[in-house]
Amino acid sequence: MIVVHNISKQYRKVQALSEISFSVGKGEIFGLIGPDGAGKTTLFRILTTLILADSGTATLNGWDIVQDYCRIRENVGYMPGRFSLYQTMTVEENLDFFATLFRTTIAENYDLIKDIYSQIEPFKDRMAGKLSGGMKQKLALSCALIHRPLVLFLDEPTTGIDPVSRKELWAMLQKLKSEGITIVVSTPYMDEAMMCDRIAMIQKGSIMTIDTPQGIIDKIPQKIFAVKADNMSCLLADLRKFESTETCHTFGEFHHITFRYDNEKLCDELKFYLQKLGYNGVKIKEIEPTIEDCFINLTDSRI
Amino acid sequence: MNNPKSKQPKPSSQFIAFFKKEFRYIFRDTWTMIILLILPILMLILFGLGISTEIRNTRVAVFDPSRDVATQQIVNSLSTSEYFIIDHYLSDISEVEQTLKKGDIGIIVVFEPRFNENLNRGNATVQLIADGSDPNTASTLVNYATAIINSSPIVTGNAPTQIGTPLPRIHCEIKLLYNPTMKGTYNIVPGVLGIVLMLICTLMTSVAIAREKETGSMEVLLVSPIKPITIIMSKTTPYLILSLFNLTSLLLLSVFVLKVPIVGSLVLLIGLSLVFIFVCLSLGVLISIIAPSQIVALLVSAVIGVILTLMLSGMIFPIENLPLVLQWLAQIIPAKWFIEAARNVMIKGAGIAAIAKELTVLGGMALFLLALSVKKFNKRIE
Repeated sequence: MIVVHNISKQYRKVQALSEISFSVGKGEIFGLIGPDGAGKTTLFRILTTLILADSGTATLNGWDIVQDYCRIRENVGYMPGRFSLYQTMTVEENLDFFATLFRTTIAENYDLIKDIYSQIEPFKDRMAGKLSGGMKQKLALSCALIHRPLVLFLDEPTTGIDPVSRKELWAMLQKLKSEGITIVVSTPYMDEAMMCDRIAMIQKGSIMTIDTPQGIIDKIPQKIFAVKADNMSCLLADLRKFESTETCHTFGEFHHITFRYDNEKLCDELKFYLQKLGYNGVKIKEIEPTIEDCFINLTDSRI
Repeated sequence: MNNPKSKQPKPSSQFIAFFKKEFRYIFRDTWTMIILLILPILMLILFGLGISTEIRNTRVAVFDPSRDVATQQIVNSLSTSEYFIIDHYLSDISEVEQTLKKGDIGIIVVFEPRFNENLNRGNATVQLIADGSDPNTASTLVNYATAIINSSPIVTGNAPTQIGTPLPRIHCEIKLLYNPTMKGTYNIVPGVLGIVLMLICTLMTSVAIAREKETGSMEVLLVSPIKPITIIMSKTTPYLILSLFNLTSLLLLSVFVLKVPIVGSLVLLIGLSLVFIFVCLSLGVLISIIAPSQIVALLVSAVIGVILTLMLSGMIFPIENLPLVLQWLAQIIPAKWFIEAARNVMIKGAGIAAIAKELTVLGGMALFLLALSVKKFNKRIE
């Protein structure tokens, strides 16, 4: 459905995207995972024909993003990261406006947006500007979907909304996928990556890896250990000083650590090292890597 | 899903939806409403009442070496009008400057010697001397005095002694001390009209499109089948309608409250205003296309639309008195052409032939700006 080939984009001196290539199949949920400033929004704008790439080509459903931009604009839904609907219009007026813009009506595609719109329908006479963050995103998604697009581009749809609304939005995306809609979604939240069919990890304008979430986890070469002790404040620094430590980062109540080489004895050596430094209650256990581990691992290995 | 939409766009329904949206915005924002509907009326009343109170009961000094029946009648006509009070007679022409400098005399009427004889020969001259340091008042006073003198019975021939003789004509020689070339500021109403239309059409339109860019809704709009021309049209039409409303209210106000008559054709005046409105709208669209944010659009339109217009349109400062460079600059100020033509139609009762030049210039400006806007309209966001 989407084929991106060697897209590059430069803003003055900042290389926003360099040689991005990937493809997305029909009905796939494709995730762009990366921190703020990685180039996700730039990539969305290029694919939705809003800006031109410096080099490279891309097609959507066979339409070129430069030549056939009119066809693309008719057939994609785009939800920018910033709430971009009209704050001084009510929920219903916004939806109606976008329906008309795309030459359709709310009634015609109501079944597609029903699940999500029905949640904000009780507030349909409220001004869009007065909605909560989660409701705003639901309205924006409804507006982006009202014309039954072939491809849906969602730029950080879950940023700044509560965990329950996040879950609901992702459930909605799964349903849209079953309707055959291709979805490209970006998020800075690593835990959401698991909800995608495939993800591209993007950092500083280039893609580090593309695979299924499980595939990325399986590819991680090192074992990952979670370390915990009673005195966490100095632990990170001390762990990094340990001679065999490759990387060490904080994950909630644990520090995740990888070693330079694989050795079953290393765990015991580390425990001994920490106890010698006076740490009590040291716990070390091997864990299944998360997407975040993979991301940090990839980031570190590139530096 | 497999057959992508290929329905042809129906621009009309898109246009109507867009149009409704724009009106909703205007009517839901109190400040926008105030600026659009109250400010113009306030401006006209403030400017307008400022002049109309001053010209009543103006003190007049007269220098009359001939002291005959004709001069007597003219002085009578002046003193019986509501605008003038005869203060005193000057004994010598050299007192003129001193009298004006004291400031309580608004205008001095100077008759030539043997005025009546000359009048009967059809070649009489009256000199009107006014204080040009306040050009608005001065020009109004001079106009009123000229009108009164020319409609005086002795002049129009209604006086019994004049029956059967050819109509005598008085040549009024107008002399403005301190600002002798004063022309331009004929009347405030065309000027306020020009400023108000500039303000509403240019400023509000430019902010309206820049707002979409700033709030990010332009991104969403562009990723839709809507055509740039539909966006431009639907953004400008609401302001066109509001301008027509303002035009009507301002004209009614000036005729019935400020008692400024529309001498020329009303249809022509409205037609002229429409052309000017198109210039303002196109200028607003162009500014908003170039400006990245509302504040930039606002500043640019405020500078072009209000400050430059106030300074260079001849509304406040006569163009002839400006430095040469500014005089050239004034030629590209649309309001300058509008105010000139509107003044001719409203005050002098000029026909379409007399303002053909102004109409052509304004029409050319509108076409040029609109073409540039459509060309410059960015179908992308950078």
